[in-house]
Amino acid sequence: MTKYVHQPDFMTGDELSIPTFSLLDPEGDLYPGAVEPELERDHARRIYQAMLATRILDERMLAAQRQGRLSFYMQCTGEEAAVVGAAAALNDADMIMAQYREQGALMYRGFSIDEFMNQLFGNDLDYGKGRQMPIHYGSRKLHYMTISSPLATQIPQATGYAYGQKLAGNGHCTLTFFGEGAASEGDFHAALNMASVHQVPVIFFCRNNGYAISTPAVEQFAADGIAPRAFGYHMHVIRVDGNDVLAVYEATRQARKIAVERNQPVLIEAMSYRLAAHSSSDDPSGYRSKDEEEVWRAKDPVLRLQKWLLKKQWWSEEEETTQQETLRREVLETMKRAEKRSSPPLESLISDVYADITPALQRQFDQLKRHIRRYPEAYPRGAASLDLDVGTGTDSQGEA
Amino acid sequence: MATMNMLQAINNALDIAMAEDEKVICFGEDVGIFGGVFRATSHLQEKFGKSRCFNTPLVEQGIIGFANGLAAQGSVPVAEIQFADYIFPAFDQIVNETAKFRYRSGDLFNVGGLTIRTPYGGGIAGGLYHSQSPEAYFTHTPGLKVVVPRNPYQAKGLLLAAIRDPDPVLFLEPKRLYRAAVGDVPEEDYQLPIGEAEVIKEGTDITVVGWGAQMEVIGKAVELAEEQGIACDVIDLRTLLPWDADTVVESVLKTGRLVVSHEAPLTGGFAGEIAATIQERCFLYLESPIARVTGLDTPFPLVLEKEYMPDHLKIFEAIRESVNF
Repeated sequence: MTKYVHQPDFMTGDELSIPTFSLLDPEGDLYPGAVEPELERDHARRIYQAMLATRILDERMLAAQRQGRLSFYMQCTGEEAAVVGAAAALNDADMIMAQYREQGALMYRGFSIDEFMNQLFGNDLDYGKGRQMPIHYGSRKLHYMTISSPLATQIPQATGYAYGQKLAGNGHCTLTFFGEGAASEGDFHAALNMASVHQVPVIFFCRNNGYAISTPAVEQFAADGIAPRAFGYHMHVIRVDGNDVLAVYEATRQARKIAVERNQPVLIEAMSYRLAAHSSSDDPSGYRSKDEEEVWRAKDPVLRLQKWLLKKQWWSEEEETTQQETLRREVLETMKRAEKRSSPPLESLISDVYADITPALQRQFDQLKRHIRRYPEAYPRGAASLDLDVGTGTDSQGEA
Repeated sequence: MATMNMLQAINNALDIAMAEDEKVICFGEDVGIFGGVFRATSHLQEKFGKSRCFNTPLVEQGIIGFANGLAAQGSVPVAEIQFADYIFPAFDQIVNETAKFRYRSGDLFNVGGLTIRTPYGGGIAGGLYHSQSPEAYFTHTPGLKVVVPRNPYQAKGLLLAAIRDPDPVLFLEPKRLYRAAVGDVPEEDYQLPIGEAEVIKEGTDITVVGWGAQMEVIGKAVELAEEQGIACDVIDLRTLLPWDADTVVESVLKTGRLVVSHEAPLTGGFAGEIAATIQERCFLYLESPIARVTGLDTPFPLVLEKEYMPDHLKIFEAIRESVNF
């Protein structure tokens, strides 16, 4: 119903202040008035173990990158609660379409350390056949769409995937992760609009971590974060403390109900902070202060949950020590195994471009094989997979 | 003369252009205080202020749309797309707007001041999304100019020419060479011509044509060929649109043979355009088929990058086969 006024009346969103849903304080105590979500002991422990494993994997793999064993790495550090908490509130068969920093969700779903390593080292067991840079994981079995580097492209895809789920009537939904930086891309706006118009069971999960590589939020948007954009698209929205896994879990659980039961999209904005660098190629000391980082270290999401679990006696100091040691050892042992494996075969260069290899591509490949036979020492990987006799190293990361 | 790598040469060119003309404005993702992820825009914000060198939100279509408007207004935008792989969200703005602005308005408006800088190419273990060479998509677009430098000296002179060119220029920077290519670069202002190829080496047996990072690879192949007594005429196109066919024709009329090399896939690649033009203009002089040494018709791989890349051995073999045809 259109309401007419007869004096100019410009509106702004300034009076619209979106609150942040938070349950657990940094000491691991519930805020007054907060209601503890229904979370069973084993489920809470599974969530914590995934967060801890993600933290340890990230520490070890960044170190491995610094040692030159790995070409590239991206850490989830500081955002484990946002990512794992969201995954934990879904049905394990719901689709997750992530950006690139959400390995915690995959960890929660049960991706093994071996599976992580095979992708990171691009060996013959990598599901992606050594084609993408490290951290571009994917698992059909775990309903986790393979990561693509171009920013925000997964967001409208999530709308489409979820529309298919709605038509299939299988009761599943899709959750897509993205950063506040990606929310600037056109893809974000297209995705929200289509989801809203077509009543799609999709959860748009924005990790507002404060930075897009070097660019702080203040240079990315002028409004109160990403959440208010939901109103423009007539969509449910909630802002949540992204370092509080209980709040993230509960918000996502309720968002899923809206998505699945009403076929309506929901936007969740998790307020957090990227404690680590953007990637192993980045150096945040060039654009932000240590003091700023320290403020956020005090809000560490992993410690916060640990404190809560300890207070409930669902976790113990001994378990913590044992678990950390076990995980560190497993990561190191698995890494050694993964980096010793051979590269994907030469044929993987031309397979999967199309469902069937085209005649032109086959000709190009035959020519390449003839060339490698002529110069086997110049192409050790190719020569090895053609069984040509050359001394190949075990290094699996490029020719260096 | 100073010794500079390619990034320093590009930074120096931007510095000169901004100091000379206050209408020159640099922007893109992370180009501000951080100086760009490769540091091509280091210190420009410090020197020229936030209104002339700034970070944009992550929105490539927005960056180029904004740049189009800014250029139409009379400013001289130098927009950075962080990787050429990420230029495609801006494809509509570049192909339909940048390229056609002057034409569709009957020259009432134009965006000639616009330069789009973007790092392209492989050899950095970047896989599918940090390695592409998208030049062919843009060379199919009348109204654009497409320029690719091969070393620091060329980068500075061509970038200054691009910024001052009356037409919009897509400036593709070979990122593998950003720090690897080091050479003498005059500290003062100079320009190199857009639209002109450069004959880098003269020889009588075969013409070898390339651009950007391939020129270094071609150099190595030509050395191998010369050890076998084959004398190569080596041409760096430098500008792909409009490309300097006359220089290549003149060379092929002399040598009767041509090898073209690029990193992008074979089918629909720019080597096809060159081959078609040369067979049309040099048909009776050709002594062997025109050879193309390129990437395969696949997305850019990661682990098998070495096998995929058109390297010096593949180019050497093409030269050898052409000469022995």
